[in-house]
Amino acid sequence: MSQRLETEILIVGGGAAGLAAAAEAVGKRVTIVDDNPRLGGQIWRAELGQIKSPEARRLIGRLELNEVSVIGNAVVFAASNDRTVLAETPEGRLEIGFDRLISATGARERFLPFPGWTLPNVFGAGGLQALVKGGLNVESKRVVVAGTGPLLLAVADYLKANGARVLVVAEQTPPANLARFGLGLWRHPGKLAQAVGLKRRLGGVKFKAGTWVVAAEGREKLQTVRLSGIDKPIVCDYLACGFHLVPNTELAATLGCEVAAGLVTVDKFQRTSVPNLLCAGEPTGIGGVELALIEGRIAGLAAAGKFEDARRLFSTRKKYRAFAASLDRCYELREEFKNVPQPDTIVCRCEDVKLESLKGFESFRDAKLQTRCGMGPCQGRVCGGATQFLFNWKPDTVRPPIFPVRVEDL
Amino acid sequence: MKEVRINGVSTTVADGTTVAAAILNAVTEGFRLSVSGERRFPLCGMGTCFECRVTIDGVRHRRSCQTVVENGMEINTD
Repeated sequence: MSQRLETEILIVGGGAAGLAAAAEAVGKRVTIVDDNPRLGGQIWRAELGQIKSPEARRLIGRLELNEVSVIGNAVVFAASNDRTVLAETPEGRLEIGFDRLISATGARERFLPFPGWTLPNVFGAGGLQALVKGGLNVESKRVVVAGTGPLLLAVADYLKANGARVLVVAEQTPPANLARFGLGLWRHPGKLAQAVGLKRRLGGVKFKAGTWVVAAEGREKLQTVRLSGIDKPIVCDYLACGFHLVPNTELAATLGCEVAAGLVTVDKFQRTSVPNLLCAGEPTGIGGVELALIEGRIAGLAAAGKFEDARRLFSTRKKYRAFAASLDRCYELREEFKNVPQPDTIVCRCEDVKLESLKGFESFRDAKLQTRCGMGPCQGRVCGGATQFLFNWKPDTVRPPIFPVRVEDL
Repeated sequence: MKEVRINGVSTTVADGTTVAAAILNAVTEGFRLSVSGERRFPLCGMGTCFECRVTIDGVRHRRSCQTVVENGMEINTD
């Protein structure tokens, strides 16, 4: 059954950016919709239904004071006009009318194909962390953490704290880049303190920079992982691998906002190219929780018409954007990864399209039409990032529904 | 605690557990078969990859990672 609700400010995504935006948009009727069962996004994802971060709890407390409406397990899949979006909820279809919309849809992990990455028990790095937060027991499981980006260490730390045996953290970035990045951290004392704390807690865990996954092996499930430069396969229960993050720009794109080089274009008040639409957090550039929070606050203030208050936050945002840019430079993917997948390695997991069938196409669109690569339920959210890296294909145009929904909800 | 059935077998899981975690903890075959018949497990854990799809209370293609267990849930994998 279709329902309709009206709100002044609609925030899509209840992670750091969305919560910060909602907390600042005081005096307006605010609604947050989120695909997840609970608020918090990925960084503050609930652990067995409980949000642990004091900062997240404080923000959520402010939402309660401001009487912000929250709709969980709601997937926004299309816009019906420039003042209405459609969402699918467990109760059915929901039309939401709004004056202003803040897209705070976060990011997903980038995955790159390697032989055996489709085996059971090969997870994303953030993916395994999310599953543990959802109640997966990793007590005494042997885990290899591999890929790239600052998330790897945070995940290793979390898994260790939950009883897993982290055998090794393999970071593809060469040691020299990491050293240079580490030296630059003095400009960001908060980040430096986080890094020092992580290093202390991960004392017993092997960290190998300049090392990457070559293959995951096993008959029915993962049994061993092969890393570059290490002859002996590593026997393990789980592989947690992620290759930094990809911004979720699909909603902004389907609403007509300009997206350039994979990022939603915003002005200094976080306004997109569409007048009543704003965007905050990872879709405007991967920058981590601090940047997402400050962008969210600015977007919330701007959406509520408090431009002078928003302006006061510009200098802080500038600082965190500089940090984000240094992250990008440090964790650049190495070319060797292009040679890791073999001809029979699956690239598109939804449609089981192998690398060998993707050679010779000019664009993602061509490959889609001929091979069904990217045409499955994830709509290219997994293979899009991979084919962009492997073949330099640009993501295809976004068409609604941006998430698969039941026919009766369309 | 919540009582659910996974492929017909009753199991008790903690409140707030996702269906994906409940299936992984139950050490069942689990989750879906791909279009070419490969056994697949969750990848992203956060609702984007659609690898963790299962049938919940007769509704197919539910993302188990984004669904929290409820008492009496009937969960069926491929």
